[in-house]
Amino acid sequence: MSRIAGAFARIRSEARPGLVTYTTAGDPDLPRSAEILMALDRAGADILEVGVPFSDPLADGPVIQRASERALAAGGSLRAALSMIEKLRPRILAPIVVFSYANPLLRLGLDAFARQAAGAGVDGVLALDLPIEEAGGFRETLASAGIDTIFLLSPTTTDSRLRRAAELGSGFLYGISRLGVTGARARVASGAEALVGRIRAHSAMPIALGFGISRPEHVAEVCAYADAAVVGSALVSVIAEGGRRPDLITRVEHYVQWLRGASALNAHA
Amino acid sequence: MRRDPDRRGYFGEFGGRYVPETLVEPVEALERAYFEVRDDPAFGAELDRLLKHYVGRPTPVYEAARLTEAAGGARIFLKREDLTHTGAHKINNALGQALLAARMGKRRIVAETGAGQHGVASATACALLGLECHVYMGAEDMDRQALNVFRMRLLGAEVCRVDAGSRTLKDAINEAMRDWVTNVSDTYYLLGSVLGPHPYPLMVRELQSVIGREARGQIVELTGRLPTAIVACVGGGSNAMGVFDAFMEDRGVRLIGVEAGGEEILRGRHAARFAGGSTGVLQGTRTFVLQDDNGNIEPTHSISAGLDYAAVGPEHAWLRAMGRAEYAYVTDGEALAAFQTLARLEGILPALESAHAIAYAQRIAGELGPSAILLVNLSGRGDKDVHTVEKQLAKA
Repeated sequence: MSRIAGAFARIRSEARPGLVTYTTAGDPDLPRSAEILMALDRAGADILEVGVPFSDPLADGPVIQRASERALAAGGSLRAALSMIEKLRPRILAPIVVFSYANPLLRLGLDAFARQAAGAGVDGVLALDLPIEEAGGFRETLASAGIDTIFLLSPTTTDSRLRRAAELGSGFLYGISRLGVTGARARVASGAEALVGRIRAHSAMPIALGFGISRPEHVAEVCAYADAAVVGSALVSVIAEGGRRPDLITRVEHYVQWLRGASALNAHA
Repeated sequence: MRRDPDRRGYFGEFGGRYVPETLVEPVEALERAYFEVRDDPAFGAELDRLLKHYVGRPTPVYEAARLTEAAGGARIFLKREDLTHTGAHKINNALGQALLAARMGKRRIVAETGAGQHGVASATACALLGLECHVYMGAEDMDRQALNVFRMRLLGAEVCRVDAGSRTLKDAINEAMRDWVTNVSDTYYLLGSVLGPHPYPLMVRELQSVIGREARGQIVELTGRLPTAIVACVGGGSNAMGVFDAFMEDRGVRLIGVEAGGEEILRGRHAARFAGGSTGVLQGTRTFVLQDDNGNIEPTHSISAGLDYAAVGPEHAWLRAMGRAEYAYVTDGEALAAFQTLARLEGILPALESAHAIAYAQRIAGELGPSAILLVNLSGRGDKDVHTVEKQLAKA
């Protein structure tokens, strides 16, 4: 069983909400970015999404845009992210999903990327601006390297494309809870449950739901219908506010424990 | 030679639809809507009526005799897109797309702008059709094109300042796409060049191809034959595609695109994608881009805001790969000199973008010789650039 399948099997068998975290590789710098990933793993995140910093993150809101800028200024890149993952892999239990815009992957070359990502121990890849129509060769190359291709599904995704994504994707499906760019919101979007329902009608694959989730009650709410919640911008804000403070790692760990605490509570309720 | 992109929006290996998932369906809906109006005589008649009575088409082709004499060779003719309402070719596309948006029932328009010409054209079209208009513009461009910012506001548009990244056209497009992805249900993205995901490169080319259709007839009428070469500046490349299109099958006619050479061809100091770029994906399309080894987009520079962009329209990349069009670049200094030359010899202030094409025509006129005919697309007028030119000349 792949690490990703294992993580969702565990979430299901423990009948608890799953937590997927997003951080940008190299934010605030490469050494602390590595420490943050270890802290997230320790604190119980089920899957770690590692963002590749990119100069033009057009699907991201200001919080993740700033993270990309900080990471790039600190020497972050796809290569740096892969070498960081390779060093961390033996010390981290959670599966690692590389989250990237298409261009850094294409620039390295899909074959080279698949080989290096497999060598580094990457479990899955999610390319934000590579919808299923453009992902043909990409998906096959990754599959032959033993890496899952994870597709995003949005409230605007039609049922026929949803079916295609379910056929072509592996690992899990990532539901976008709302229209718009990434960023924390006060409430979970009203259409999120309906989207998950539509996905379930076409696929038995686990579903992680993201965009706008920042609080334990959001995680609990989302996991009433999805398998896991993705927390990105809110976590990146904790990192941005922690900045150069010595207790940055502790803050990150506490934030994840806080998110999970409520989830545990909900599971027992 | 196949002229349309394939079903997935590819011109050879260039083009496609590299958009976030949320935009896939809206982009497909746009394609359906565009293909519907494309074959609708009523839509065509409405657009033609506006182009004639509102924009002032056809624009003339004018023989620049004094420029020809000074350049010492080929006869130089100018396609006067600078004489359109709002002063640049951008209005051809903006009106067509605004009509389409209204037909699709989208009352809120977002657009990006570099030099401000597409922003002004969009604001104009929205005022005419009673649509709400939001124009994203990089902070640096707002400073160097202050006149156009005020024009847009007078026309009732909201100009949204973009402080991210290089604070130029690329960042304005990122921000416009973020707006679109957030407000897809009631919002139309009025993209200003032959860029972005399919169907934009095709649609914008077709809306601009009126330039070449007119020019082909006009030049034949004036000279009795087809031109030796056509010269147009290339930022995204919409004025160039617009003038090239009608000549595509005339294999004897050279098609020459002129990019911004900036200060020199060094990282961050130019915007000549074919001189310093490689294949990549930016803002929805696969094409030639200026990028580093990690796939990050490099900063660009040009004296003209409209050419200051890291990617080129995918069809240009394809025309170059096929050998049908050739591409060269002109530096800031050469463009500035051409701006002054055209002003003094012909009494025409060209946009700094178009001045790149003028400079290149001057450069090759001699070697082509007096029997040759050069058709230059004078894509816009230079009033917006007077302040920039004044500052540059004060420096020199």
